[in-house]
Amino acid sequence: MILPALFFYLFAGVCVASAVMVIVSRNPVHSVLYLILAFVNASGLFVLMGAEFLAMMLIVVYVGAVAVLFLFVIMMLDVDFVQLREGFIEYLPVGLVIGGIFMFELLLVVGSWLIQPGTTKAITAAIPANVSNTEALGLVLYTKYIHYFQLAGMVLLVAMIGAIVLTLRHKAAVKRQDINVQNARTPELAMSVRKVASGQGLQDADAAEWVK
Amino acid sequence: MTIGLGHYLSVAAILFTLGILGIFLNRKNIIVILMSIELILLAVNINLVAFSTFLGDIVGQVFALLVLTVAAAEAAIGLAVLVVYFRNRGSIAVEDVNLMKG
Repeated sequence: MILPALFFYLFAGVCVASAVMVIVSRNPVHSVLYLILAFVNASGLFVLMGAEFLAMMLIVVYVGAVAVLFLFVIMMLDVDFVQLREGFIEYLPVGLVIGGIFMFELLLVVGSWLIQPGTTKAITAAIPANVSNTEALGLVLYTKYIHYFQLAGMVLLVAMIGAIVLTLRHKAAVKRQDINVQNARTPELAMSVRKVASGQGLQDADAAEWVK
Repeated sequence: MTIGLGHYLSVAAILFTLGILGIFLNRKNIIVILMSIELILLAVNINLVAFSTFLGDIVGQVFALLVLTVAAAEAAIGLAVLVVYFRNRGSIAVEDVNLMKG
Protein backbone atom coordinates (compact mmCIF):
# COMPACT_ATOMS: atom_id res chain seq x y z
CA MET A 1 0.00 0.00 0.00
CA ILE A 2 3.00 2.23 0.57
CA LEU A 3 4.42 1.70 -2.90
CA PRO A 4 1.88 3.83 -4.85
CA ALA A 5 2.40 6.70 -2.41
CA LEU A 6 6.16 6.37 -2.78
CA PHE A 7 5.88 6.47 -6.57
CA PHE A 8 3.49 9.41 -6.41
CA TYR A 9 5.98 11.46 -4.42
CA LEU A 10 8.82 10.38 -6.74
CA PHE A 11 6.96 11.34 -9.93
CA ALA A 12 5.49 14.52 -8.47
CA GLY A 13 8.80 15.65 -7.01
CA VAL A 14 10.80 15.07 -10.19
CA CYS A 15 8.01 16.64 -12.27
CA VAL A 16 7.95 19.84 -10.19
CA ALA A 17 11.74 20.02 -9.96
CA SER A 18 12.18 19.67 -13.71
CA ALA A 19 9.43 22.27 -14.26
CA VAL A 20 11.48 24.65 -12.12
CA MET A 21 14.54 23.85 -14.22
CA VAL A 22 12.57 24.54 -17.42
CA ILE A 23 11.98 28.13 -16.41
CA VAL A 24 15.33 28.93 -14.78
CA SER A 25 17.93 27.14 -16.91
CA ARG A 26 20.21 29.33 -19.01
CA ASN A 27 20.27 27.24 -22.14
CA PRO A 28 16.95 26.67 -23.97
CA VAL A 29 18.16 23.23 -25.07
CA HIS A 30 18.40 22.27 -21.42
CA SER A 31 14.92 23.75 -20.92
CA VAL A 32 13.53 21.44 -23.60
CA LEU A 33 15.25 18.40 -22.10
CA TYR A 34 13.84 19.25 -18.66
CA LEU A 35 10.43 19.73 -20.29
CA ILE A 36 10.72 16.16 -21.63
CA LEU A 37 11.58 14.94 -18.12
CA ALA A 38 8.57 16.79 -16.69
CA PHE A 39 6.25 15.22 -19.26
CA VAL A 40 7.61 11.70 -18.71
CA ASN A 41 7.02 12.05 -14.97
CA ALA A 42 3.55 13.50 -15.56
CA SER A 43 2.75 10.43 -17.65
CA GLY A 44 3.92 8.38 -14.66
CA LEU A 45 1.36 10.24 -12.58
CA PHE A 46 -1.28 9.42 -15.20
CA VAL A 47 -0.41 5.74 -14.98
CA LEU A 48 -0.76 5.94 -11.18
CA MET A 49 -4.21 7.45 -11.63
CA GLY A 50 -5.21 4.70 -14.05
CA ALA A 51 -5.30 6.74 -17.25
CA GLU A 52 -2.84 4.55 -19.16
CA PHE A 53 -3.91 5.60 -22.64
CA LEU A 54 -3.41 9.28 -21.93
CA ALA A 55 -0.06 8.52 -20.30
CA MET A 56 1.20 6.82 -23.46
CA MET A 57 -0.36 9.61 -25.54
CA LEU A 58 1.56 12.17 -23.50
CA ILE A 59 4.83 10.39 -24.24
CA VAL A 60 4.07 9.96 -27.95
CA VAL A 61 2.75 13.47 -28.56
CA TYR A 62 4.94 15.54 -26.26
CA VAL A 63 8.22 13.69 -26.08
CA GLY A 64 7.97 12.36 -29.62
CA ALA A 65 6.64 15.41 -31.43
CA VAL A 66 6.39 18.69 -29.54
CA ALA A 67 9.73 18.50 -27.72
CA VAL A 68 11.54 17.49 -30.90
CA LEU A 69 9.84 20.42 -32.66
CA PHE A 70 11.14 22.77 -29.97
CA LEU A 71 14.63 21.31 -30.29
CA PHE A 72 14.62 21.71 -34.06
CA VAL A 73 13.52 25.35 -33.87
CA ILE A 74 16.09 26.21 -31.17
CA MET A 75 18.88 24.64 -33.18
CA MET A 76 17.77 26.16 -36.50
CA LEU A 77 17.52 29.73 -35.24
CA ASP A 78 20.86 31.39 -34.68
CA VAL A 79 19.86 33.43 -31.63
CA ASP A 80 22.01 34.90 -28.90
CA PHE A 81 20.26 33.40 -25.91
CA VAL A 82 22.45 35.16 -23.36
CA GLN A 83 21.07 38.48 -24.52
CA LEU A 84 17.53 37.15 -24.19
CA ARG A 85 18.13 36.35 -20.55
CA GLU A 86 18.71 39.97 -19.61
CA GLY A 87 16.19 41.21 -17.10
CA PHE A 88 15.74 37.80 -15.47
CA ILE A 89 16.73 39.18 -12.07
CA GLU A 90 14.80 42.35 -12.79
CA TYR A 91 11.54 40.46 -13.30
CA LEU A 92 12.20 38.01 -10.46
CA PRO A 93 10.57 40.02 -7.58
CA VAL A 94 7.33 40.86 -9.40
CA GLY A 95 7.18 37.32 -10.78
CA LEU A 96 7.64 35.81 -7.33
CA VAL A 97 5.00 38.11 -5.83
CA ILE A 98 2.42 37.28 -8.47
CA GLY A 99 3.38 33.59 -8.44
CA GLY A 100 3.13 33.54 -4.65
CA ILE A 101 -0.32 35.13 -4.67
CA PHE A 102 -1.43 32.69 -7.35
CA MET A 103 -0.04 29.69 -5.48
CA PHE A 104 -1.66 30.85 -2.25
CA GLU A 105 -5.05 31.20 -3.92
CA LEU A 106 -4.81 27.86 -5.69
CA LEU A 107 -3.77 26.00 -2.54
CA LEU A 108 -6.60 27.74 -0.68
CA VAL A 109 -9.00 26.30 -3.25
CA VAL A 110 -7.34 22.88 -3.29
CA GLY A 111 -7.20 22.72 0.51
CA SER A 112 -10.82 23.41 1.26
CA TRP A 113 -13.26 21.93 -1.16
CA LEU A 114 -16.02 19.39 -0.90
CA ILE A 115 -17.63 17.38 -3.63
CA GLN A 116 -21.33 18.09 -3.73
CA PRO A 117 -23.21 14.91 -2.75
CA GLY A 118 -25.24 14.81 -5.97
CA THR A 119 -22.17 14.99 -8.21
CA THR A 120 -21.29 11.33 -8.08
CA LYS A 121 -24.79 10.41 -9.20
CA ALA A 122 -24.79 12.90 -12.07
CA ILE A 123 -21.71 11.69 -13.94
CA THR A 124 -22.00 11.65 -17.70
CA ALA A 125 -20.29 8.44 -18.70
CA ALA A 126 -19.17 6.13 -15.91
CA ILE A 127 -15.90 4.25 -16.34
CA PRO A 128 -17.01 0.68 -17.05
CA ALA A 129 -15.58 -2.04 -14.85
CA ASN A 130 -13.71 -5.02 -16.36
CA VAL A 131 -12.69 -2.99 -19.42
CA SER A 132 -9.24 -1.55 -20.03
CA ASN A 133 -8.73 2.20 -19.97
CA THR A 134 -8.10 2.43 -23.72
CA GLU A 135 -11.26 0.50 -24.53
CA ALA A 136 -13.32 2.55 -22.09
CA LEU A 137 -12.07 5.75 -23.70
CA GLY A 138 -12.78 4.44 -27.19
CA LEU A 139 -16.30 3.39 -26.20
CA VAL A 140 -17.30 7.00 -25.55
CA LEU A 141 -14.88 8.81 -27.86
CA TYR A 142 -16.17 7.12 -31.03
CA THR A 143 -19.84 7.20 -30.10
CA LYS A 144 -20.92 10.01 -27.81
CA TYR A 145 -18.06 12.39 -28.56
CA ILE A 146 -17.45 11.58 -32.22
CA HIS A 147 -18.01 15.21 -33.24
CA TYR A 148 -15.43 16.46 -30.75
CA PHE A 149 -13.05 13.82 -32.05
CA GLN A 150 -13.53 14.96 -35.64
CA LEU A 151 -13.21 18.59 -34.56
CA ALA A 152 -9.88 17.74 -32.93
CA GLY A 153 -8.80 16.23 -36.23
CA MET A 154 -9.80 19.44 -38.02
CA VAL A 155 -7.81 21.50 -35.52
CA LEU A 156 -4.74 19.39 -36.26
CA LEU A 157 -5.34 19.69 -40.02
CA VAL A 158 -5.61 23.49 -39.79
CA ALA A 159 -2.48 23.62 -37.64
CA MET A 160 -0.58 21.47 -40.13
CA ILE A 161 -1.66 23.51 -43.18
CA GLY A 162 -1.02 26.75 -41.30
CA ALA A 163 2.48 25.75 -40.28
CA ILE A 164 3.32 24.66 -43.83
CA VAL A 165 1.89 27.83 -45.41
CA LEU A 166 3.73 30.04 -42.93
CA THR A 167 7.15 28.49 -43.31
CA LEU A 168 7.20 27.40 -46.97
CA ARG A 169 9.11 29.74 -49.25
CA HIS A 170 10.15 29.53 -52.89
CA LYS A 171 13.69 30.57 -53.69
CA ALA A 172 14.32 31.86 -57.21
CA ALA A 173 17.71 30.15 -57.36
CA VAL A 174 16.31 26.68 -56.75
CA LYS A 175 15.40 24.82 -59.96
CA ARG A 176 12.06 23.11 -59.86
CA GLN A 177 10.32 20.70 -62.19
CA ASP A 178 7.82 22.40 -64.52
CA ILE A 179 5.56 19.79 -66.09
CA ASN A 180 4.06 22.19 -68.68
CA VAL A 181 7.43 23.19 -70.05
CA GLN A 182 8.47 19.57 -70.23
CA ASN A 183 5.34 18.54 -72.11
CA ALA A 184 5.62 21.47 -74.53
CA ARG A 185 9.08 20.36 -75.68
CA THR A 186 9.11 18.95 -79.22
CA PRO A 187 11.92 17.22 -81.11
CA GLU A 188 12.40 20.39 -83.22
CA LEU A 189 13.03 22.46 -80.10
CA ALA A 190 15.17 19.91 -78.41
CA MET A 191 17.62 18.78 -81.09
CA SER A 192 19.01 19.56 -84.51
CA VAL A 193 20.58 17.25 -87.06
CA ARG A 194 23.91 18.38 -88.55
CA LYS A 195 26.12 17.00 -91.20
CA VAL A 196 29.61 16.70 -89.76
CA ALA A 197 32.42 16.60 -92.25
CA SER A 198 34.52 13.47 -91.99
CA GLY A 199 37.73 13.91 -90.02
CA GLN A 200 36.88 17.45 -88.83
CA GLY A 201 34.48 16.91 -86.00
CA LEU A 202 31.98 19.44 -84.72
CA GLN A 203 33.00 23.07 -85.38
CA ASP A 204 32.76 25.84 -82.80
CA ALA A 205 30.04 27.61 -84.78
CA ASP A 206 27.91 24.51 -84.62
CA ALA A 207 28.59 23.98 -80.96
CA ALA A 208 27.23 27.43 -80.05
CA GLU A 209 23.88 26.58 -81.53
CA TRP A 210 24.08 23.04 -80.34
CA VAL A 211 23.90 23.98 -76.68
CA LYS A 212 20.64 25.75 -77.23
CA MET B 1 -0.74 7.65 3.58
CA THR B 2 -3.17 7.13 0.75
CA ILE B 3 -2.85 9.47 -2.20
CA GLY B 4 -6.10 11.29 -2.78
CA LEU B 5 -7.49 13.78 -5.22
CA GLY B 6 -6.02 16.67 -3.23
CA HIS B 7 -2.46 15.48 -3.80
CA TYR B 8 -2.86 15.49 -7.57
CA LEU B 9 -4.61 18.85 -7.51
CA SER B 10 -1.71 20.27 -5.48
CA VAL B 11 0.84 19.02 -8.02
CA ALA B 12 -1.24 20.54 -10.83
CA ALA B 13 -1.50 23.85 -8.92
CA ILE B 14 2.27 23.97 -8.41
CA LEU B 15 2.90 23.21 -12.10
CA PHE B 16 0.40 25.89 -13.16
CA THR B 17 2.05 28.47 -10.93
CA LEU B 18 5.48 27.53 -12.29
CA GLY B 19 4.15 28.05 -15.80
CA ILE B 20 2.86 31.53 -14.90
CA LEU B 21 6.17 32.32 -13.18
CA GLY B 22 8.07 31.15 -16.26
CA ILE B 23 6.17 33.60 -18.45
CA PHE B 24 7.10 36.43 -16.07
CA LEU B 25 10.76 35.49 -15.65
CA ASN B 26 11.58 34.84 -19.30
CA ARG B 27 9.81 37.83 -20.77
CA LYS B 28 12.37 38.20 -23.53
CA ASN B 29 12.65 34.59 -24.61
CA ILE B 30 9.57 33.54 -26.53
CA ILE B 31 10.67 29.90 -26.81
CA VAL B 32 10.68 29.50 -23.03
CA ILE B 33 7.33 31.31 -22.90
CA LEU B 34 5.89 28.68 -25.26
CA MET B 35 7.35 25.95 -23.03
CA SER B 36 5.72 27.59 -20.00
CA ILE B 37 2.38 27.49 -21.81
CA GLU B 38 2.94 23.77 -22.36
CA LEU B 39 3.50 23.40 -18.60
CA ILE B 40 0.24 25.24 -17.89
CA LEU B 41 -1.66 22.95 -20.27
CA LEU B 42 -0.05 19.93 -18.62
CA ALA B 43 -1.32 21.15 -15.24
CA VAL B 44 -4.82 21.47 -16.69
CA ASN B 45 -4.55 17.93 -18.06
CA ILE B 46 -3.50 16.56 -14.67
CA ASN B 47 -6.54 18.26 -13.10
CA LEU B 48 -8.91 16.83 -15.71
CA VAL B 49 -7.55 13.30 -15.41
CA ALA B 50 -7.50 13.45 -11.60
CA PHE B 51 -11.16 14.45 -11.40
CA SER B 52 -12.01 11.91 -14.10
CA THR B 53 -10.51 8.98 -12.24
CA PHE B 54 -11.56 9.97 -8.74
CA LEU B 55 -15.17 10.62 -9.74
CA GLY B 56 -15.30 7.58 -12.03
CA ASP B 57 -16.29 9.61 -15.08
CA ILE B 58 -14.44 8.95 -18.35
CA VAL B 59 -15.43 12.28 -19.94
CA GLY B 60 -12.58 14.08 -18.17
CA GLN B 61 -10.11 11.96 -20.10
CA VAL B 62 -11.86 12.79 -23.37
CA PHE B 63 -11.44 16.47 -22.51
CA ALA B 64 -7.80 15.88 -21.63
CA LEU B 65 -7.30 14.30 -25.06
CA LEU B 66 -8.80 17.39 -26.72
CA VAL B 67 -6.58 19.68 -24.63
CA LEU B 68 -3.59 17.59 -25.75
CA THR B 69 -4.62 18.09 -29.39
CA VAL B 70 -4.98 21.84 -29.01
CA ALA B 71 -1.64 22.05 -27.18
CA ALA B 72 0.14 20.25 -30.02
CA ALA B 73 -1.51 22.48 -32.64
CA GLU B 74 -0.64 25.59 -30.65
CA ALA B 75 3.01 24.57 -30.35
CA ALA B 76 3.25 23.89 -34.08
CA ILE B 77 1.66 27.20 -35.10
CA GLY B 78 3.57 29.18 -32.48
CA LEU B 79 6.92 27.82 -33.60
CA ALA B 80 6.03 28.37 -37.27
CA VAL B 81 5.21 32.02 -36.53
CA LEU B 82 8.48 32.26 -34.60
CA VAL B 83 10.48 30.91 -37.56
CA VAL B 84 8.81 33.36 -39.99
CA TYR B 85 9.42 36.23 -37.57
CA PHE B 86 13.08 35.28 -37.22
CA ARG B 87 13.48 35.19 -41.01
CA ASN B 88 12.01 38.67 -41.35
CA ARG B 89 13.65 40.42 -38.41
CA GLY B 90 16.72 38.38 -37.53
CA SER B 91 15.84 38.25 -33.85
CA ILE B 92 13.15 36.79 -31.63
CA ALA B 93 13.12 39.47 -28.93
CA VAL B 94 9.59 39.92 -27.66
CA GLU B 95 9.94 43.71 -27.28
CA ASP B 96 10.46 44.07 -31.03
CA VAL B 97 7.08 42.50 -31.77
CA ASN B 98 5.19 45.76 -32.16
CA LEU B 99 4.67 45.98 -35.90
CA MET B 100 0.89 45.89 -35.47
CA LYS B 101 0.86 48.71 -32.95
CA GLY B 102 -1.25 50.83 -35.31
